[in-house]
Amino acid sequence: MIVKMNRRDFIKTNAIAATAAAAGLSVPATLTKAAAPGEDIRWDKAPCRFCGTGCSVLVGTKDGRVVATQGDPDSPVNRGLNCIKGYFLSKIMYGKDRLTTPLLRKTNGKYDKNGDFTPVSWDEAFDVMAEKFKDALKKKGPTSVGMFGSGQWTVWEGYAAAKLYKAGFRSNNIDPNARHCMASAVAGFIRTFGIDEPMGCYDDLEHADAFVLWGANMSEMHPILWSRLTDRRLTAEHVRVAVLSTFENRNFELADIGMVFKPQTDLAILNYIANHIISTGRVNKDFVARHVNIRRGNTDIGYGLRPSHPLEKKAKNAKKAKGSKPMTFDEFKAFVAEYTAEKVSKMSGVPVEDLEALAELYADPKRKVVSYWTMGFNQHSRGTWVNNLVYNIHLLTGKISEPGNGPFSLNGQPSACGTAREVGTFAHRLPADLVVMKKPHRDIAEKIWKLPEGTIPGKPGYHAVLQNRMLKDGKLNAYWVMCNNNMQAAPNLNTETYPGYRNPENFIVVSDPYPTVTALSADLILPTAMWTEKEGAYGNAERRTQFWRQQVNPPGEAQSDLWQVIEFSKRFKVEEVWPADLIAKKPEYKGKTLYDILYANGQVNKYGLGEIQKGFDNDEAKHFGFYIQKGLFEEYAGFGRGKAHDLAEFQLYHLARGLRWPVVDDKETLWRFREGFDPYVKPGEGVRFYGKKDGKAIIFALPYEPPAESPDAEYDLWLSTGRVLEHWHSGSMTRRVPELFRAYPHAVCYMNPADATKRGLKRGDEVKMQTRRGELLTTLETRGRNRVPEGLVFIPWFDAGRLVNKLTLDATCPISKETDFKKCAVKVVKA
Amino acid sequence: MMADETDIAQRGLSRRRLLAGAARAACGAGILGLAVGVSAERAKAVPASAIRPPGALDGDRFLSACVHCGLCDRACPYKTLRLAGWAGDVAPGTPYFVAREVPCEMCEDIPCVVACPTGALDKALTDIDKARMGIAVVVSPETCLNFLGLRCDVCYRVCPLMGKAITLERQHNVRTGKHAMFIPTVHGDQCTGCGKCERACVLEEAAIRVLPEHMARGRLGEHYRLGWEEKRKRGESLIKGIIDLPDRGYTGGPVRGPALPRRTPDGGFKGFKP
Repeated sequence: MIVKMNRRDFIKTNAIAATAAAAGLSVPATLTKAAAPGEDIRWDKAPCRFCGTGCSVLVGTKDGRVVATQGDPDSPVNRGLNCIKGYFLSKIMYGKDRLTTPLLRKTNGKYDKNGDFTPVSWDEAFDVMAEKFKDALKKKGPTSVGMFGSGQWTVWEGYAAAKLYKAGFRSNNIDPNARHCMASAVAGFIRTFGIDEPMGCYDDLEHADAFVLWGANMSEMHPILWSRLTDRRLTAEHVRVAVLSTFENRNFELADIGMVFKPQTDLAILNYIANHIISTGRVNKDFVARHVNIRRGNTDIGYGLRPSHPLEKKAKNAKKAKGSKPMTFDEFKAFVAEYTAEKVSKMSGVPVEDLEALAELYADPKRKVVSYWTMGFNQHSRGTWVNNLVYNIHLLTGKISEPGNGPFSLNGQPSACGTAREVGTFAHRLPADLVVMKKPHRDIAEKIWKLPEGTIPGKPGYHAVLQNRMLKDGKLNAYWVMCNNNMQAAPNLNTETYPGYRNPENFIVVSDPYPTVTALSADLILPTAMWTEKEGAYGNAERRTQFWRQQVNPPGEAQSDLWQVIEFSKRFKVEEVWPADLIAKKPEYKGKTLYDILYANGQVNKYGLGEIQKGFDNDEAKHFGFYIQKGLFEEYAGFGRGKAHDLAEFQLYHLARGLRWPVVDDKETLWRFREGFDPYVKPGEGVRFYGKKDGKAIIFALPYEPPAESPDAEYDLWLSTGRVLEHWHSGSMTRRVPELFRAYPHAVCYMNPADATKRGLKRGDEVKMQTRRGELLTTLETRGRNRVPEGLVFIPWFDAGRLVNKLTLDATCPISKETDFKKCAVKVVKA
Repeated sequence: MMADETDIAQRGLSRRRLLAGAARAACGAGILGLAVGVSAERAKAVPASAIRPPGALDGDRFLSACVHCGLCDRACPYKTLRLAGWAGDVAPGTPYFVAREVPCEMCEDIPCVVACPTGALDKALTDIDKARMGIAVVVSPETCLNFLGLRCDVCYRVCPLMGKAITLERQHNVRTGKHAMFIPTVHGDQCTGCGKCERACVLEEAAIRVLPEHMARGRLGEHYRLGWEEKRKRGESLIKGIIDLPDRGYTGGPVRGPALPRRTPDGGFKGFKP
């Protein structure tokens, strides 16, 4: 018989036994029997809910509740370890204010944009929502509906949502919050290699001789990877670590070369390194000759601001940001020649000897180097460029696509790769690197999806920042925000985000487990099942796809994003969304719903409930009557199999601790583009960047260009924003864990002590941070984890009580459309 | 000739970490002897719970100087301080704080000291970093998440003297084989006893706690000196004119990558230049 006991009883019993043993006493047999640990807890695997590292955990459930978690001791990523967020995974679903019913703004029992949130049934919620969507579609067509999705969606949630919008509503206005996170990495990969996602994997951490961190605060944002990198430095004496940042973060503790550079001058430093490699004769000429083309990118490309902004009017190539022309190696050499150590030292504020030491790490042919970056690169008004420029360095030296050598973009979100990128939930993408702009790509998607030709529109939809502008301008009217907290994230809240949500012409729906600021800015809130309350799949930064089963039921009437998207599709008859001439191409679709066409299509509903693991719930499958996750996954996998994006068969992922794609012949791929590692490189080819037709990657000549906004006499400081180890992104989960809240309750403004003195401020003072766009009150910190240089302040954005995005500027990389959250001008005064 | 052993043992440690390395109060390593004379009587007079405000005089001297006026308590902007009641260990009417509930925020202008009319809180304390309210101690390494290899380090990051009063000492995690452990290590000569670490510790019972100084420190016998510390202080060996003969049949150490970085006389390193 299993004696039921709670954790406290268990600890108490163990303590009694230990004390008794120490005192030489014997313990009654019944007590020791009861102390057998965890016998009535069921353990099953899942990836961590938070960052892109993809640590694996074991989830312990008992009586329908997650009661404990543990790091999976056999996981190749984390070997039983977690960071402090992962330690509290079991608490994130049990915040006191979990949403359990749909909530609609109402006055006197009727929907009212200015009413208060009132509990309603799912039926009523979907009735009102469908009416608003149909109304918008009828009045203004498909471009008036949109969705802001997530790199935290499961693979099938992203896939189902993208399909509903691109095929069902025929609107490409769907974009993930990953746009704020790694769109520049995507654009960089596509531009240089013609195919997305890193060539290497985490095993590089144990093979490299040097690590260079370009704007990646790994010590806090990728804590477990950082402990792997640290261990490499600790156990291999020759290993060197270089850290670049605009302020001193905790990485600097480990840095052999630590550099604080002036914002935006990473562009110049990258070009200097290329110049150094060329001018010291260390170009890998054979590699460059065989595997590389060189192009000169368009310059003066603007800042992704509204076209009416003076900076955009002034920019020569604002509309041709992506353009480039071929150039020769000698021309490239001449192009980077101006970036000398002395000149770049002056621009960046980094001493010449540090620049040289950094450049030598790359130039030395005997040293294997991995470059890491996250938001410092990606959230950059030249984000695509800096990505391109770091590839230049690895391509010039041939240090790429082999163990310990390569560029690697880290992810902030658990499925930025698996869902946002691979599934193609961006406004311009389709699954497996296909894009809406290319007819042959649309043809492929329409064929797999059994749609009439011409269903998917060819024009990219509104990207994240543009969606908010279009909401404000009244062009986007029915809008669904799912699995993100964009009212806390999106730049320029006062001017460009909030007005669109509250525009009387618009109807805003937010799906979330908690009442976030975004949810409370909406018109309808849908209560959402999270993490192990549903079956899911995430893909981490090293192309590892990981599955988990539903462990517990969601609270109240909460439903998963998958259920919400698919159930909503039942509300639309095809005649209400498609024009007659399109339906005429597939007359058998007449009278059907979008649900019938998109999900009950003979593919998605192909697998029966019998295939679900016995003993586990699967609420959505039970509701729809088929193994919907498997059906969606298998249909989706059809896009990439045989096309260098091969995913394994569905069931295999439930058996494995994640698999790195392409999975070919039941083998994972650890390094892409190199013979022997990558099945898509033929014998004799050596290296082939097969994302480009001629197999050659591109080195881009791109100069330094200034940021959109710099400090001036009035707004005299740089503002950089970011994250902290204790909280994940906007804190909607981690701030509801009391221990994490206590560990870092409120966002503070980090300032250099000299800057504080100059302003008559001292540590602990309440201060007002002001930009041209807004202001907030916070506490001044002159000590602590981030040691900022004079002239720059930093504030993390996790705190819903201090909305940092009131301050930030909606300038983006004009190519990737990712916001630069790292640079704008601010002033700080005593409150 | 054998390689310099200190170079091997201390490779990769910054100067500060090296300096502090001998002064670990947390992980059971060597503890630097400071002249903290503690009598048994004083230990009785100052219970573990009596973490006093910044600048408080030593146990008995504080008790005789404090007039229980409560002005320090009123001056505290964070409501950290409280006045002891009749029950409990702390002398009634005297100020103290409970770090787990409200720690000292280490105000630059130290208003509690300024407010004290008697000098029980010593006016000579003008730099809050010099306050010695107590010393943090990792009392429970077996539950501290970082000792287990996880990445918590909340105590380290919340420390107002991060990197001085608490450092993270890196160790190879033998169990996983590929991760480092970051061992939180309190340096008693820097810790002010503000208690922010104890407050922030995410465990249900804090694994790091502030104790009155006399309870937190061991004391090394004055009959023994730490050779490596003495050598570091002197900048060279304490004895001169020593020779080392070549070893027959031995031409060098095992080949394990390039030469080790050499430590400068003051324990630091020269910048890396390949």
